[in-house]
Amino acid sequence: MKTLVWVEHEGGAVKDATLSAVTAAAKLGDVHLLVAGESVGGVAEAAAKIAGVGKVHVADDAALGHALAENVAPLVGQLMADHDAFVAPATSNGKNIAPRVAALLDVMQISDILSVESEDTFTRPIYAGNAIATVKSKDAKKVITVRGTAFEKAAAEGGSGTVEAVASTGDAGLSSFVGAEIAKLERPELTSAKVIVSGGRALKDGETFEQLILPLADKLGAAVGASRAAVDAGYVPNDYQVGQTGKIVAPEVYIAVGISGAIQHLAGMKDSKTIVAINKDEDAPIFQVADIGLVGDLFKVVPELTKNL
Amino acid sequence: MKILVPVKRVVDYNVKPRVKADGTGVDLANVKMSMNPFDEIAVEEAIRLKEKGVATEVVAVSIGVAKAQETLRTALAMGADRAILIQTDDEVEPLGVAKLLAKVQEEEQAGLIILGKQAIDDDSNQTGQMLAALLNLPQGTFASKVEVEGDKVSVTREVDGGLGTVKLSTPAIVTTDLRLNEPRYASLPNIMKAKSKPLATKTPADFGVDIAPRLETVSVAEPAKRSAGVKVADVDELVAKLKSMGVAA
Repeated sequence: MKTLVWVEHEGGAVKDATLSAVTAAAKLGDVHLLVAGESVGGVAEAAAKIAGVGKVHVADDAALGHALAENVAPLVGQLMADHDAFVAPATSNGKNIAPRVAALLDVMQISDILSVESEDTFTRPIYAGNAIATVKSKDAKKVITVRGTAFEKAAAEGGSGTVEAVASTGDAGLSSFVGAEIAKLERPELTSAKVIVSGGRALKDGETFEQLILPLADKLGAAVGASRAAVDAGYVPNDYQVGQTGKIVAPEVYIAVGISGAIQHLAGMKDSKTIVAINKDEDAPIFQVADIGLVGDLFKVVPELTKNL
Repeated sequence: MKILVPVKRVVDYNVKPRVKADGTGVDLANVKMSMNPFDEIAVEEAIRLKEKGVATEVVAVSIGVAKAQETLRTALAMGADRAILIQTDDEVEPLGVAKLLAKVQEEEQAGLIILGKQAIDDDSNQTGQMLAALLNLPQGTFASKVEVEGDKVSVTREVDGGLGTVKLSTPAIVTTDLRLNEPRYASLPNIMKAKSKPLATKTPADFGVDIAPRLETVSVAEPAKRSAGVKVADVDELVAKLKSMGVAA
């Protein structure tokens, strides 16, 4: 089987999520890459060094500059005449482009795979990870997005792929990129952070949330999250929300402060490697999933913890 | 401008889904069902655009079992003007849904189609993008802000690490993310009024669309269970644990 992996890149460098997608693709067969963008010669060279890759198709065109799905999908569609599977990381760009490719090919996409069982069978989370479905695709060609945390990253060096230019399919004339506002990296991003400190409704108000959670997060170099209850109560903005309808996270360490552990919150963080819970209610459901629990008054415990770390 | 809003009936987000003992799926018997939360945000956005005078009509459409009528009535109670149910007992995959919606759009000629970015049951996150491809329309996915400017629509998107803004020609497809708005609750008078709003019922066959599934669900299993760990007595012990894990220096 010949796979085509869409290479996500930024600032001239291949993004890590691509490396996990390469590992998943390698389980299906030969790995070919597509580097699409503007002035991406350097990215193509770097991509060719990823362990195990064959051909690196590179399409250099201003119309491909911001990974607009309207312009990238037709190009992928064309290349798929010679490939059997299209594989993209399940990042916001990957999730934007892949289904558009799938519909152009009349294929039902398999989203966010956790494992490759065989050439046509995969596992994927449903119900926010509360169940794992094993699905078998009947389509001749496969379109797949890959959950980065479920696959090891392929080595970024050691490969010897061959770079080959392909013509862009141009600007579809449907959309244009206006601008981006990428968050200042004072703290790591929730979905890629190694450590997350999350606060719940027990924090009382926005000010207290800030005073207790932020110093602890800063001490640990952690991202800051919140339960839906804390978001609904207005302590922090929506984009802090971890849970079924918020962000799904799987950090090395997740520290839940004053979070009781509602189902919809657990659904968003229970794949974390280690869960630490601090709560005054020893019967709180969060303790049923926590690896390390501390029963106590967070207003006393958290400042002490921050100080002692 | 007309706005089309597809909505899906799903297990309520507060319900913990249980995998059936025989591993064939998730048990939906006697489980509370609600409108997919992202679709509620889509309905809200459409209604706000109507209230601002940008949209003239909001049409809700659902594909699913007869009871999906309830979901459509919720959309009508929130403020949609009329509804279309494409009724089927079969499970319809995103590709099939997109094909049916493409047919609805051919008839309705909406200026905007606003969908939830994903349904919280199958978590596919595909329908909007697929619909955009089938209709050859632009897509503004994971929207946190939507502004209609003449015959263009500016969509601010939630992307990894921040926000990105695209400008799309209309008609356009928009899929909603959480921060776009906070959906209203339907008032009792509006719930009563919604009962008399028009709701047309059709079938997939009416549109001549093949919705046969392409994916076969081999099995559905519970994820690996977490077991409760240890409780520590005080902060010092917690600090020691965190240090031994290498989290803190």
